[in-house]
Amino acid sequence: MSWFDNGWGLSLVVFLPALGAMVLLGIPKAQETAQKWTAMLFTGVAMVMSIIIAATFEYGSAEQFQFGTKLSWIPAIGSNYNVGVDGISLPLLVLSTVITVLAIIYSWNNWEEPHNPKAFLALMLILATGMNGTFVALDLVLFFIFFELVLLPMYFMIGIWGDKSERTLPVFNKVVENRLYASLKFFLFTLFGSAFMLLGFLGLYFRSGEVGAPSNTFDIPTLIALGSENAFGSGTFAFLVFGAMFLGFAVKVPMWPFHTWLPDAHTAAPTVGSVLLAAIMLKLGSYAFIRISIPILPDMAKQWAPAIGILAVIGIIYGSLACLAQTDIKRLIAFSSVGHMGFVMLGIATMTDIGINAAIIGMVAHGIITGLLFFLAGSMSHRYHTREIARLGGNQKLMPWLGGVLAFTAMASLGLPGLAGFWGEFMALLASFSPLDGLDLTLFRTLMVLGAIGTVLTAGYMLWLLQRVNLGEPKPEWDGREFHDIDMFEWMAWAPLIIATVAIGVFPNIVFGATRDAVVNLVQNAFGG
Amino acid sequence: MIVSQFLVLASLLFSLGVYGLLVRRNAVTVLLAVELMLAGVNLNFIAFESVIRDSLASGQVFTIFVLTIAAAEVGIGLGIVLLIFRNRATGNVDELDLMKW
Amino acid sequence: MVNTIALAQTVLAVVEEDGAVVEAVELASGGFFAQWAGIMLLSPFVAFIAIILVGKRMKYNGAELAVGAMALNLVWSSVLFVSNMIDGIFYEVGFVVADVGQFMGRPLVFELGFVVDGLSIMMYWVVAFVSTMVFIYAVSYMQGDVRVPWFFASLSLFAGAMLVLVGAPNLIQLIIGWEGVGLASYLLIGHYWEQKENSSAAIKAFLVNKVADVGLIIGAIMIGRTLGDFRFSSIAKAAIAQDEALAGIAVAAGLLLFFGAMGKSAQFPLHVWLPDAMAGPTPVSALMHAATMVTAGIYLMGRLFPLYQNLAQDAREWMVPIAAITLFAMGLLALVTDDIKKVLAYSTVSQLGYMMVAIAVGGYTAALFHLFTHAFFKALLFLGAGSVIHSVHSNNMSDMGGLRKYMPTTYRTFVIGALSLAGIIPLAGFWSKDEILGVMGVEGYTSFMWLAIAGAFITALYMTRTVALTFHGTYKGEGVPHESPRLMTIPLVVLAVPATIAGLFNIPGVSWGSIGNFTSWIGARIVPMGDYHPSSINWGLATAGVAAAALGIALGWSLFGRDARTQQLRDTFEIPFLYPLLRNKYYIDDLYMRGLVNPIKGTVAKGIDFVNGSVIDGIVNGAAFLMGAFGRFVYQGFDQRGIDLAINATAGGTSRLGGALRFLQTGKVQHYAGAFVVGAVVLVVGFVIFT
Repeated sequence: MSWFDNGWGLSLVVFLPALGAMVLLGIPKAQETAQKWTAMLFTGVAMVMSIIIAATFEYGSAEQFQFGTKLSWIPAIGSNYNVGVDGISLPLLVLSTVITVLAIIYSWNNWEEPHNPKAFLALMLILATGMNGTFVALDLVLFFIFFELVLLPMYFMIGIWGDKSERTLPVFNKVVENRLYASLKFFLFTLFGSAFMLLGFLGLYFRSGEVGAPSNTFDIPTLIALGSENAFGSGTFAFLVFGAMFLGFAVKVPMWPFHTWLPDAHTAAPTVGSVLLAAIMLKLGSYAFIRISIPILPDMAKQWAPAIGILAVIGIIYGSLACLAQTDIKRLIAFSSVGHMGFVMLGIATMTDIGINAAIIGMVAHGIITGLLFFLAGSMSHRYHTREIARLGGNQKLMPWLGGVLAFTAMASLGLPGLAGFWGEFMALLASFSPLDGLDLTLFRTLMVLGAIGTVLTAGYMLWLLQRVNLGEPKPEWDGREFHDIDMFEWMAWAPLIIATVAIGVFPNIVFGATRDAVVNLVQNAFGG
Repeated sequence: MIVSQFLVLASLLFSLGVYGLLVRRNAVTVLLAVELMLAGVNLNFIAFESVIRDSLASGQVFTIFVLTIAAAEVGIGLGIVLLIFRNRATGNVDELDLMKW
Repeated sequence: MVNTIALAQTVLAVVEEDGAVVEAVELASGGFFAQWAGIMLLSPFVAFIAIILVGKRMKYNGAELAVGAMALNLVWSSVLFVSNMIDGIFYEVGFVVADVGQFMGRPLVFELGFVVDGLSIMMYWVVAFVSTMVFIYAVSYMQGDVRVPWFFASLSLFAGAMLVLVGAPNLIQLIIGWEGVGLASYLLIGHYWEQKENSSAAIKAFLVNKVADVGLIIGAIMIGRTLGDFRFSSIAKAAIAQDEALAGIAVAAGLLLFFGAMGKSAQFPLHVWLPDAMAGPTPVSALMHAATMVTAGIYLMGRLFPLYQNLAQDAREWMVPIAAITLFAMGLLALVTDDIKKVLAYSTVSQLGYMMVAIAVGGYTAALFHLFTHAFFKALLFLGAGSVIHSVHSNNMSDMGGLRKYMPTTYRTFVIGALSLAGIIPLAGFWSKDEILGVMGVEGYTSFMWLAIAGAFITALYMTRTVALTFHGTYKGEGVPHESPRLMTIPLVVLAVPATIAGLFNIPGVSWGSIGNFTSWIGARIVPMGDYHPSSINWGLATAGVAAAALGIALGWSLFGRDARTQQLRDTFEIPFLYPLLRNKYYIDDLYMRGLVNPIKGTVAKGIDFVNGSVIDGIVNGAAFLMGAFGRFVYQGFDQRGIDLAINATAGGTSRLGGALRFLQTGKVQHYAGAFVVGAVVLVVGFVIFT
């Protein structure tokens, strides 16, 4: 199937969902079943194709971009339609397509007010195109477009289907609905970062011609090749470019102290929105670090590494402590993401193959586990009509299966060995014991110890959450209420995630098999040896 | 071939049309006057075409265009007039100053 | 992707005289049962899943599956145990589950697999034996209780995780099993999670262990990153070879790993979770204390013994005092506790102190031998206590008394266990405790040895108190107690056998013909242990130990043994200062709760939340506000009064002009047509004139 290997397959994975969104617009509003099946069909085919890509991927040469194509797109600025996957992006691409399908299954009969599946599905499909596209784009302009494309649907998802309760804004002293505040904050905060990121990209573009490229270029493989010769040097210019891109990516990750949009957005977003946000959109930032920042500006990455590491560990400790203070279950999970992404960034900050592998498996595991946690939180608030932890309790008694899955997921989230979450945390610590040559050993070993203490805090808040939500006797206010346990659609959406958690936990080579060679190659090219 | 005879005829027709357009009060007559002007123009086109013998036959093509548009114009114009007559019981263009400031 | 180290050739196991290697023993690969030991290790997990799926529909709620898996383990490990007696076995297999990059010029891999050697076989067998007894006992004990299938599933998980831990060929798998054990204990301690105390106890157990795991994980990372390999065999070989890189971090890593072991094996001051862990059903306590949890720390120390013996001797300076404090101070706590299970729990902590002190001073065999014997009599004691609790429906000894008449089998077996624990010759506990004392003396820790002898006195004292308060005097509870059903008493009787005779396997200087003795069994490793093993009984020490125990029993009997009145009186006998100190468990729990947990949960967390909501978000919102204000200035000052003014002026001018010109708009078609014609004429005329 040469057409499939020559870029069509990958392009279809990216654009089928968007095509589906257009088809959706043509379906009358009343025909909801047709809308759901259309969305299912397009994302489903995209998922199957991504799995075919994963199956026929040449793992022996995982460091090369495969299934790619390069078409002239905007010749005036030397920007091409250039896509391809390597071992680093493959697991994330598959994660993205699979989670999208699961999200559609989950929402099958479960629409938040104001209903309107047609619009919701269309947004979700556009989001899917943006997410898939970011993972395969090999051109900075293309990357930027996909990176920004995800903002819009998520903005509307939060703003329209979000939490309608109200809050008083500090400083402004105004009362607004949470969803409006959160969606605006999410959009502006991320856009703020993206503006700097674009500056960074432009900096690379205008410098690339001077330092060895045939002409100014946005082409990522070309820039990486330049980076491996350290063409951009280590002067002020490179420092600023890295800093600008850092700001853009760090907001998306999010790293402390750029994280405050996250709890608000997660809390206000509809369930599926939170899931996609946590499972995939947070990965765009950390992926960009691995794909763009490190290989193109290795010297700068090394200079910035201590700062990244310190911020990451602050994120770990800070996120865990903040979790202990939360009273809202979704907000708690959101803060836990800050902590978990801290481990991912700590892995990246070590600039070693082990650390970056840790980051990737951490990203995949966090996507699976936190995605599942948000599904669960959504299902619980759907049943209890509250997210207030203090009002819950005895969930295990009211809904044994739901409680059981929640307990399982919480255990996975706190990094229980044998489940997926463990490897990312453990290997990040492992990597920070001996980071890249030339990085400050004492600093990174201190970070390792602090990160390890963070795992204790993580265990603490997760177990405390379980105790307050799952265990004990149900509160009197739920007396006589009938709760239905996990239904078929929920099982269908969750079972693959549960299985993946165990499978990756027991056999992490599922992920490393793809990433290892690519990461080793990346580190060697960037830092030599 | 003497073009001037045709031109004279055409200009007569055109002037007749202009006169009718400016002077007559009945809307239908005004429309007829417009047709006269178009006929004059068409005649011009044909006359010059027969002299110049353009390879693209532009004169004839334009004539056909003009005829088509004239037909459409009369169709719409008569329709409007008919509606106005129904509504206002008059076809006098002096009384039709709806578009006045 | 499989790494096998099968050693059929001559490797070094040792029988030594005062630490010197004198004889190498041949190790066999062990045949089918060793090479397929993975089946045995996985069977509890199969049972775990099967019970969750179908347990509810089975006659005994899935207990059949749990007992079946454990019985398989027992048979399998017994075969291994016997073959190891005859031929030392060493067999190791590892499946690569992750290769994650390059380190020191070769790939860094994580493996899962199992190791079959003397040490792990002994542990397999102890785990399987005790678990089988406890599971059978639990069938009857848990009858009619809540969530029985889940209980047995968790028990299977517990045993399975312990087997994974014990079978681990490398530190990574050990960590997996280690935390798996922690998870299972969390589930089981919190079995009655409807009450908050129980779930809190479960959380406490998990968290204290997690704190200790920080040490374990960092220690493992240090060793793994120094050697480029996590395998125990590599660590041991490097330690024997005095590897320089390893030597550089050995003390630090050793202490960190010891910190990890302190959590699981409940060493002071990380012992706080163990007494609380009594919130779980009694079979869980028995399992946890005898086989599947607290022994893990001792096992880890034993597994890494070459490291401590050859490179990390300096770590002893910390390990010995901590273990010695544990063995003495925790024993004292058992004297003032009313809850029979907590008495036994403190007793376990104290005994773990013995094991830890032994291994810290260099007594590999002594520590593991005590682990071996302790497993039997402590399981016996806990199951006996469970039998009593089952009968009187209370954990408190103040509700018991005089039970020997009602529960003769329980009484007899409990006394055997108590005497064995107290260290009365010739029961199992005597031999192992004696060996520990011997090692301490030889290695020059004389003062700590006397502390340990004093500990033996305390042990005897509190066990006598327990027996007296529970079984003697008059019954103080409600209802009529009854002997437990056969399914519960049979495990007691079975356990009483090894609790009596297990010590005979390791009488100093005695070797049982071709099967050797305990020392040679667990010496079957690929590296020599180099620990001390006495060549004959040290009668002086033995006398001192037994005398201390006898004194303890005599004092205990005189204080608590006579009748209900003295029992009551003595139990609340308050020594100023000491009694409140002990009753409050040295205030350590309070220290942790008030000094650490509550501030973090309360003040610090709220502070962080405040920082998040007010400071960071304040900056974000403030930036938004400033931008808003700036925007208003730009809008009102510049935009409205500047640009917009110009725009409006243009618009106004246009409007006026239009006002003037509008009169041209008559609305009459013919005016327009006229203007049109005039215009055309003007154009034509102009055209004519200008050309």
